[in-house]
Amino acid sequence: MKCLVAVKQVVDPYVNIRINSNNTAVETSNIKMAMNPFDEIAMEEALRQKEAGIISSITAVSIGSTSVQETLRQALARGADAAILVATDQTLTPLNIAKILAVLAKQQQIQLVMLGKQAIDDDCNQTGQMLAALLGWAQGTFCSSIKINAAEQTITVARETDYGLETLQLRLPAVITTDLRLNEPRYISLPNVMQAKRKPLTTINLDSLSVQIHSELQTLKVAAPPQRKAGIIVPSVTELLHKLRHEALVI
Amino acid sequence: MAILIIAEHDNLNLNDVTRHLVTAAQQLDHEIHIMVAGFNHQPVVAQASSLAGVTTILQAANPAYKYQLAENLASLIQAIASDYKYIIAPATTFGKNLLPRVAALLDTEQISDVIAIISADSFVRPIYAGNALETVKTTASKIILTIRATAFAMCEFTTNSCAIKNLDLVFDLNLTTFIGLATSANSKLPDLSVAPIVIAGGRGLHTKEDFVMLEQLALKLHAAIGASRAAVDAGLVTNDLQIGQTGKVVAPNLYIAVGISGAIQHLAGMKDSKFIVAINKDPEAPIFKFADYGLVADLYQAIPELTKLLDEK
Repeated sequence: MKCLVAVKQVVDPYVNIRINSNNTAVETSNIKMAMNPFDEIAMEEALRQKEAGIISSITAVSIGSTSVQETLRQALARGADAAILVATDQTLTPLNIAKILAVLAKQQQIQLVMLGKQAIDDDCNQTGQMLAALLGWAQGTFCSSIKINAAEQTITVARETDYGLETLQLRLPAVITTDLRLNEPRYISLPNVMQAKRKPLTTINLDSLSVQIHSELQTLKVAAPPQRKAGIIVPSVTELLHKLRHEALVI
Repeated sequence: MAILIIAEHDNLNLNDVTRHLVTAAQQLDHEIHIMVAGFNHQPVVAQASSLAGVTTILQAANPAYKYQLAENLASLIQAIASDYKYIIAPATTFGKNLLPRVAALLDTEQISDVIAIISADSFVRPIYAGNALETVKTTASKIILTIRATAFAMCEFTTNSCAIKNLDLVFDLNLTTFIGLATSANSKLPDLSVAPIVIAGGRGLHTKEDFVMLEQLALKLHAAIGASRAAVDAGLVTNDLQIGQTGKVVAPNLYIAVGISGAIQHLAGMKDSKFIVAINKDPEAPIFKFADYGLVADLYQAIPELTKLLDEK
């Protein structure tokens, strides 16, 4: 079973973001970048399924400028067999990303696509669901457990929902989006980093894929949210209760 | 052209998030319709039909819709989409799972997690865990939005029921089968997403029993229990109680953070609360920079004391 893992390069989660001076975007030049943490979890899950003998090969894919190669090298170091960079300088919305991934999934005869449930930059939480729709496949979103039954061509997933853990059985092929508690990604060892340099990283120009890129969204402004002011420190539980009852009037 | 709101429900009760969405939709100045798809879900249809401001309920009843499977519901919505200018779902795990699939079937982009409506085509949404707010304008002929319920007030019920239309459309794609749901909801406490008071525990709590201590306080205040990621990862509570960037987003009148340091991912899920109280023994905890009232104290003393004082009036 061939697996495609989509990984996005995002601003490192430990970096404090800065909004640019003309309030049009979050500053990303000369900022430390990293693989989207949810995609790391997807990558790790694919590896575990391969180690269990269920997945035969893992291809990592990312879409962006040449600097994204760094994130793909990381995917290779983690254990992906091959990587594809779809090269473009445009910033693409999730629907366009999903269209590109759908073309690749068909070209590569993929049976399982795994990706993070959301990217921690735009927080959209759309790409996996859109991809499943475009392919006409089953979707298992926000997964915290995955069991693949290759013989029956099904996957049983546990999904983290607002109501608790929901268990679904999906028919393969399928798209899985991964949640935090699915696994803990392993550390990358130096020998793996060295080995990754010899693995194939193919660059495909976006224009060479027959995908109509089109967006009707325009960002008018990016601004800092209103800041909450620090309040006061109360000296005791009694004082806290008094204030909640008589000042804040919330209980 | 009207607005279509996708109702969230469990075949018994209409989730209150739907009522918040009606208020949001009223800012868009079109007729408001609600689609209620489910099975044996007449009580939900009745509740939805008495929401103030709604003109039509579209009812679809079939076993294929019972468990709100995204594949089946998305195809149903696609089939009726041509009548609508806006298609709206709540930014909950239900809406997040479903609506992008609808958007892709309609070849339209989606705007996620809207917290403010600027005009008919411009919307504000948080990005980077709420550390920036993006204003997005769309030129699409059909506008697909998930809306953060807590950013809008809840609409009222009225005594005049609206029109109910049956949708005799069955989409059973047979891609996915529902196996089960392990709920953890505590029936004695209100629902976390919409509770007016939330008490949340974090890394400062060490055992499941410590959360029972919070529950004692919650019962007195009619509050819901929430948690930070640290407490969920430690296995003290189930994941559906997680508040933050990747969990639930709440905005109650009163948020009591107990033993929570206040990482930005957690703040993303609660900073729009009206009043924030922080109880933490570390005076340097970042949560105190956001709290209206801070109490530097050992939670193992402060919580029982607060619970006891509430009895005394």
